[in-house]
Amino acid sequence: MAQDHEYEIPDDCHYTESDEWVRVDGAVARIGITDYAQSELNDIVFVELPEPGSQLAAGEAFGVVESVKAVSDLLAPIAGEIAEVHARLSEHPEWINEDPYGRGWIIAINPEDLDALDGLMSAADYRAHVKARAAK
Amino acid sequence: MSEGALARTPLWPRHQAAGAKLVPFAGFDMPVVYASIMEEHRAVRTRAGLFDVSHMGEVRLRGDGAVELAQALLSNDVLGAPIGRVRYGMLCQDDGGVVDDVTAYRTGEREVLFCVNASNIAADLAWMREVHARMRSRCELSDECEATALLAIQGPEALGIVAKLLPEGFRPPRLWHFAAAVLAGKVEVLLSRTGYTGEDGYEIFTAAGKALALWDLLREAGGERLSPAGLGARDTLRTEAALPLYGHELDRAHDPLEAGLERFVAFGRGFIGEAALRARADAPARRRLAGFVLDGRQVARTGFAIHTPSGDGVVTSGTFGPTVDRSIALGYVPAGLAVGARVHVEIRGKEVPCEVVATPFYRRKRN
Repeated sequence: MAQDHEYEIPDDCHYTESDEWVRVDGAVARIGITDYAQSELNDIVFVELPEPGSQLAAGEAFGVVESVKAVSDLLAPIAGEIAEVHARLSEHPEWINEDPYGRGWIIAINPEDLDALDGLMSAADYRAHVKARAAK
Repeated sequence: MSEGALARTPLWPRHQAAGAKLVPFAGFDMPVVYASIMEEHRAVRTRAGLFDVSHMGEVRLRGDGAVELAQALLSNDVLGAPIGRVRYGMLCQDDGGVVDDVTAYRTGEREVLFCVNASNIAADLAWMREVHARMRSRCELSDECEATALLAIQGPEALGIVAKLLPEGFRPPRLWHFAAAVLAGKVEVLLSRTGYTGEDGYEIFTAAGKALALWDLLREAGGERLSPAGLGARDTLRTEAALPLYGHELDRAHDPLEAGLERFVAFGRGFIGEAALRARADAPARRRLAGFVLDGRQVARTGFAIHTPSGDGVVTSGTFGPTVDRSIALGYVPAGLAVGARVHVEIRGKEVPCEVVATPFYRRKRN
């Protein structure tokens, strides 16, 4: 409920309405869930990861993140082929809670079209999106 | 997402100040977690946790006919319970279906206090009044929900923390017993040696107006050893202890016997639902509540299908148990499924293997 909690929302990422972040990292676009998302889920116990090489459409579900109290689909922010999968999250799902933008990254894709990032929310847009929901 | 005004317990300002995540529960704005569900869970198992459960309801029966009415309402024995004894049992319909699972306190020769689930307060009061009329009872039936606050302090260090607030030589009530006390010479309470976590500890009743004072006294006495704990941890703790939650393991379509609660059904006293339960006890059981440990860390959720060689079942509760470090579940399956049997839970279209285990999943060490 109404909390003046400062959620981390880095400026170098783009964001989806479903609380994924995406950041250009050299040739790939790295993807994870936001600080707000991990906070809502609380202790994450399981991550269902996809196979490298699969093609994703924008908005397509590529996995699941499961906490003690809830389960949430992971949705691709933009289209691309899965280049890297953070397999070690199977043993350390808590990295998503501890460091959602760093060690908690989930997949990296070869983006089909980087211009698609313009269709996503900026950090400022996402901050407003979080505020609107947090102030129930 | 919450519609209409949510009720608040007297402790709401403390939860707010502590930065708790508050969610609607049974019409109340309740703390689900303060920081981490798993940390709060572990605090209860290793030191002590403090829960606000003031949203739960209290109904007092008093005067001539009070014990008789309680005896008719409860599946467990009230008449034979001495003053100071707590009984856990079910309020049953005529057909044996469970209206609520409750605790009943023999507070006087002609007095019984019921503590009921928050989600069932209105239904329980309606049922009690109906039975009161049916029996042409003369006893007083009072709704004390608003007037009463309830905190639970649970964990291996819980008793020691409360002892600091009690007079020298005060003898703690035994398990399933309660006693009146005055904490720090200031706050009158009922200390009930009961709980919903699988740990030792107390549930502490006090007047609503004293709730904040009680919370603050306990927090000060407990210091770093006592952590506030929310409904999220309450659920992981009770699931590890395989304790039922109304609306999941128990409801009007299920009876106490198939839920494995036979020891809280005292046949031979004429309680409502007894004849139906007697008939079910004599007939072969069709389904039975069982415990499951899943392979892997995926969580089985309420309503997920269970596939067994003898037929399908359904998950009633599931979580990841922080202490047992496994994904665990409770569910109804065809009766006769043996401990050790390997079955499957369907999780988002996938058949996840699991094993039937004896419950509880966790049992505290006793000295």
